[in-house]
Amino acid sequence: MTKEDLELFASGHRACAGCGEGTAVRQILKAAGPNTVATICTGCLEVISTGYPETAWEIPIIHAAFENSASVAAGVEVALKELGRKEGVNVIAFGGDGGTFDIGFQALSGMLERGHDITYVCVDNEAYMNTGIQRCSSTPYGASTTTSPVGKLSIGESRPKKPIAAICAAHGIPYTATASIAYINDLKKKVKKAVETEGPAFLHVFAPCPTGWRHGSDSTIEIARLAVETGVFVLWEAEDGDICNLKITQKPKKRKPVKDYLKSQRRFAHLSDEDIEHIQKEVDEKCEKYGF
Amino acid sequence: MTVKITIGAVNRDHGSSRIYKTGGWRTMRPVVDLEKCISCYKCYDYCPDGAIKKLDKGITYDFDYCKGCGICAKECPVQAIVMIKEEK
Repeated sequence: MTKEDLELFASGHRACAGCGEGTAVRQILKAAGPNTVATICTGCLEVISTGYPETAWEIPIIHAAFENSASVAAGVEVALKELGRKEGVNVIAFGGDGGTFDIGFQALSGMLERGHDITYVCVDNEAYMNTGIQRCSSTPYGASTTTSPVGKLSIGESRPKKPIAAICAAHGIPYTATASIAYINDLKKKVKKAVETEGPAFLHVFAPCPTGWRHGSDSTIEIARLAVETGVFVLWEAEDGDICNLKITQKPKKRKPVKDYLKSQRRFAHLSDEDIEHIQKEVDEKCEKYGF
Repeated sequence: MTVKITIGAVNRDHGSSRIYKTGGWRTMRPVVDLEKCISCYKCYDYCPDGAIKKLDKGITYDFDYCKGCGICAKECPVQAIVMIKEEK
C-alpha cells in the first residue's frame, strides 16, 4: 500500500451517482496528502460531505459561509504560522463555481492579493447544482438552466463563461492551472505543484455533473475528456501570473468538433446547427489565442 | 433519532460518513471479469465513491458504497467490466 492509496475522502458521502466532484476531491486529497487543512464553503461539496453528525473528511476541515472559503483559509494559514505549525502543512480552500466565480470572488481576490500560502481549488460544474441548477457566471453560452431556461426568445444562458483562471493568474500569483478529472495524473501533478508552491496558487478543476448537465451517470469522465479534446476547456498552467507564456499541458493532436461535446448533454439539446456553428467558431478563436 | 450537538458543531469522527451505506442507491451492478482485467486501475482512479479496492492482480468492489454509476465499465480500456441489473 502506498501513501496515495489512503482514502482521505471517505465513502458514504452523498454525491449523486457518477458525480465528477467526488472523483475530483478524492484525487486532490490523495495528491495533497494527510498533512492538509481544508476549508469548504456552501455548495455541493458541503452538502455531500458533511451530513451532521457525520463527515466524509479524514483531514481537519472548517466549513465557512458561501463567500469566505478563501478568507477563512487565510485565517487558518496565519494562525498556523503564528503558532509555528505551518511547516509541512498544506492549506487548501475548496470552492464550487458559485462560491468562486460569483459569491466568493472578493474573498478569493483578497486572499491572492495578500499572498497567503494557500492553494485555492475551484471545482467547476458550471451552475449552482445543489440548489437546483441555477445559472452562474461559470455557465457556458447556450446551456439551459432553471434560471436561464430555453424558450421561443431564449437560447438558454446568453453570456459566455468567465475566464476565472486567467483572472486569478492576472493577480501575479506564483502558480495557476486548469485541470480536468479525465486526466488524473495531470490533475495530481498540478495539485502537488500547487501545494509545494510558496504563496497562493489557484486550480480550476473541470468536473461534469450528471444531474445538472443531463447526461448518463456513466458518461462523466467521457464528457470531461471530450471538453479537452474539442478545445472547450483548455488545460494549461502559468507561473508567476505570466499568462502570456502559459504552458498548454494537454494539446489534442486533432481537435474534435464541438458538436460531439454539445450533443453528449441534454442541457445543449435545443441548440440548432447554426448555434453549434457559432459556438464552434468561438472555440476556434479561443484555441487560436492559446496557440493550437 | 436524537443527535447531541457538540459545542460549535465540532465533529471529531473523521471519515464517519462510512456508516451510511450508499450501496442501497444502486440500480445497476458492475461485474468484473478478472481474466480480462489488466490491472491498470483506471476504474479505481475514476470511481467517485472510492468503492473499488485494488488487489495485487485485478480489483474488487465494495458494494456497501458502490452507487452503480457505471463509470468503471465505460472507462475500462479492455471492457472487463459489465453492468447488470441489480436484483435484491
